[in-house]
Amino acid sequence: MKAFDEMIKTGGDVRPPYEQLKCWLDTQNPERLAQKALDAENVFRKTGITFAVYGDEEAAERIIPFDIIPRIITGNEWRRLSQGIEQRVMALNAFLDDIYHRQEIIRAGRIPRELFTHNDAYLPEMVGFRPPGNVYTHIIGVDIVRTQENQFYVLEDNARTPSGVSYMLENRETMMQLFPELFQQIKVRPVETYPKLLRQSLAAVAPPGCKGPPTIAVLTPGIFNSAYFEHAFLADQMGVELVEGSDLKVEDGKVVMRTTEGNRAIDVLYRRVDDSFLDPLTFRRDSALGVPGIMDVYRSGNITIANAPGTGIADDKALYSYMPEIVEFYTGRKAILENVPTHRCSEPDTLKYVLENLADLVVKEVHGSGGYGMLVGPASTKKEREVFAAKLSANPKNYIAQPTLALSTTPIMTEKGLAPRHVDLRPFVLVSDRIRITPGGLTRVALKEGSLVVNSSQGGGTKDTWVLDD
Amino acid sequence: MLLGRTANGLYWMFRYIERAENMARLIDAGLRMALTKTSDAPEEWSSVLMSAGVKIGYDSKYAEYNAGLVSDFLLRDLNNPSSVMSCVETARLNARMVRTALTREAWESVNETWMILKSTLANPIPETDLPRVLDQIKRETAIIRGAFHGTMLRNEIFNFARIGTFIERGDNTARILDVKYYVLLPSISYVGTTLDNFQWESILRSVSAHRSYRWVYDVEYNPVNIADYLILNSRMPRSLNFCYSNIVDNLRFLANDYGRRHACHDMAEGIMTLLQDNDIRTIFDSGLHEFLSDLIYQTNSLSTKIAEAYNFD
Repeated sequence: MKAFDEMIKTGGDVRPPYEQLKCWLDTQNPERLAQKALDAENVFRKTGITFAVYGDEEAAERIIPFDIIPRIITGNEWRRLSQGIEQRVMALNAFLDDIYHRQEIIRAGRIPRELFTHNDAYLPEMVGFRPPGNVYTHIIGVDIVRTQENQFYVLEDNARTPSGVSYMLENRETMMQLFPELFQQIKVRPVETYPKLLRQSLAAVAPPGCKGPPTIAVLTPGIFNSAYFEHAFLADQMGVELVEGSDLKVEDGKVVMRTTEGNRAIDVLYRRVDDSFLDPLTFRRDSALGVPGIMDVYRSGNITIANAPGTGIADDKALYSYMPEIVEFYTGRKAILENVPTHRCSEPDTLKYVLENLADLVVKEVHGSGGYGMLVGPASTKKEREVFAAKLSANPKNYIAQPTLALSTTPIMTEKGLAPRHVDLRPFVLVSDRIRITPGGLTRVALKEGSLVVNSSQGGGTKDTWVLDD
Repeated sequence: MLLGRTANGLYWMFRYIERAENMARLIDAGLRMALTKTSDAPEEWSSVLMSAGVKIGYDSKYAEYNAGLVSDFLLRDLNNPSSVMSCVETARLNARMVRTALTREAWESVNETWMILKSTLANPIPETDLPRVLDQIKRETAIIRGAFHGTMLRNEIFNFARIGTFIERGDNTARILDVKYYVLLPSISYVGTTLDNFQWESILRSVSAHRSYRWVYDVEYNPVNIADYLILNSRMPRSLNFCYSNIVDNLRFLANDYGRRHACHDMAEGIMTLLQDNDIRTIFDSGLHEFLSDLIYQTNSLSTKIAEAYNFD
C-alpha cells in the first residue's frame, strides 16, 4: 500500500505547497543542514525541553527528536480542517452538557446507556452541575491523520488534558532561529499567540462571582511528571502561577494558594492533573496531587476547573465509534471530518471478524493511551498476534479495532538525505466565549522507516507545522 | 507575591549552588595542606570533612582519611547530600521547580552546569585531575551567578535567592573558622612556626581570601587579623559581617515590598549589629569558639524563622 506523500506526487512532481521549500532545500549544503539539526537538538537539551519516560531510569529525561523539515498545509486545507474541528468541539461540549443533564441522546436511542454505566470516566459528581460559561472541555487536541489529497480522519479527540502544545511553540521558535530566511520567503501563519489566547480563554470562563481580573493558576502534578516542562512553560508564558496540590487548600469556600504574603484565592485553575487525583475527598483518597474539598468549591461555583472534571467521557475510545452520530445529533449536520471506521469488539460478529483479520487491523485498548497496549497488525509477528488474540478473546469489551490507515508521509532529514516518514497532526483548540484554533498544531512523525507509531514514548519525533497564509 | 514553595525553592537552589562552590574550595584547601610535608594529612582531611559538616556520614562509610576517598565523597557521592554532585542535582531540581521565576539565561546556566558536571563527575577523578575539576566547578557556579546577576529583576525573587546564598555562605565561613579556631588562638609554643603559617593560609584559601588578605593587612599572616578579616571585615565578600549585611538588606527589601516585618528581621538585624559593633579583641577575650558556635546556631534558627515568615512550607 503506497502512502500519500505530502511533498512528492507519484511521478516525482512536487506538490504546490512544498514548491518553495523544495527549491530552498535543493540549494542547501547537506552538511550545513546536518549541523543545523544538531544545533536544534542542543537548543532543546540546553533549554531543558524534556519529557520523562516512566520506568526508564537510564533515560529519565529525554528530548523528543525534532526534525527540521517543516510539514506544510495550505490555507485551503486548513480552512476545511478548522471547520471540521470547530464543529466537533461544539458537539463535544454539547454532548457533555447533555450527558450530565437530560441525556437526550440516550433517550433518542442514538447511543447505548451501557457506555456510561460502567465507565470510570463518567463522573456522577458532575450530574446536574453546569460549569461557568457552560464549557466542559476548554482545551482540546484533536488527532488527525491524512490518507489522501482530500481525505482526513479524526483518530482521537483528546478532550481531557491534551499535551504537546509547548512543542508546537518551541518547534516554531527553533525553526525561526535556525532558518529565519525561510520565513521571509514563505508566508506562514503564526502560532506564538497561543499562550495569550489560552490566558484570555481561561479568563473568559471565570466564575460569575469573580470581580476584576481573575487569578489563574496551572496545577501540575510536579517536577517528576512527564509533561512538567509543558506545565512550567505555559504558566510562564501566560504569566500565572504554577501550583502543586501542596500549595493549595480550601479556605472560606475558596481554593487558595500559599504565598509569601499569606493565602490568595484562585479563580481559574488550568489543571494538568487527572480527574481521579483532583480531590482526595471525592475521588482517590490516596492522592497527594490534588486539593481536598476542591470539588465542593467547584460545585458551589467559586472556581473554574479547566478542563471540567468528567470530560474524559467524551474522548473515551468506547465512545469514539459513536462520534459521527454525536456530531450530527448536536449540530444537525453531517460531520465534516470523518471518523476512522471502527469495529467494536464487544459485538460477537465483529469480534469474530477482528480475530480473523488481525494481520490487517489496528487493535486498541478502550482506555489505553500513548500507543501502549495496542497491536499494529501489519507490523506484528505471528507470535504477537497469537498472544494478542488471547487477550482480546478474554476481554473483548476492552478493545476496538480499526483498519490500518496508510498515514500520509512527509520527508524527514536522515543521514542519507530526505526520506518519507508517516505523520499525524494534533491541532490545539481553545473553547470559552468562542472557539479559537491555532493554525497548524503539533505534527508527530514516526522516525523509523515504515513505522506507523508516532507516539513520543515510542520513538516518535516532532516537526514544525506550517499553515500557509495563502 | 510569590508562592511559598517558590520562595523556598529559590532559597534552597541558591544555598545548594553556594554549597557546591564551597565544597570545591574546601577540597582545594585540603589538597594544599596535604601537600605540606609538615602537616598530618589524615588529620587535615578529617577537618575538611568537619568543615563541610559531613564527617559523620563519611565515618560511617570509610575508616581512613585520604585525598582520594575524601574528595570522592565530597565531589561525587550521591549518598552525601552535600557532595558537589548532590548539590548540583538538588539545585537543578529546585530550579526546575521555580523555573517560571527564572530568566531563560538563569535557568539554562543551571541546567548546563548540571549537564557538564554530571559528565565530569560520572567517574572517579584521578588525583592529578582534581585541580582541573575543582576549577571547572568554580567556573560553572560563577557562570550561574553571572547569568543570575546579569538578567534577573531585582525583586522578591532576587531577594530570596540572595538570602539563600548568604545564609549558606555565612554558615560555611563560620564553620571553617570554628573547626580551625584553635590554630588562631594565641599560644606561645606555636607562634610563628611554619606549620602555623600553613594552617593560616589554608583557612584563607578555603574562602579564597589568601591574596586579598594581603591587600588589607600585612604581608605576614597574623591569626587575629585573619579572624578579623573573616568575621568582621565589611568588604570581604565571604566574611560573616558581609554575609549578614546582605541578609539584612534583602530581608528589608522584602519588608518594604510586602509592607510587613517579621521575627526574622529583628533577629538578622541583631546579629548584624553584633558583627558591626564588635572588635576582634573582645571576641577573642570572650571566647572565639563560643562566639562562632553561637553564630552557627543562630544562623540555623534564622533560616527557620525566614521559612516561617514567608510560608515556605
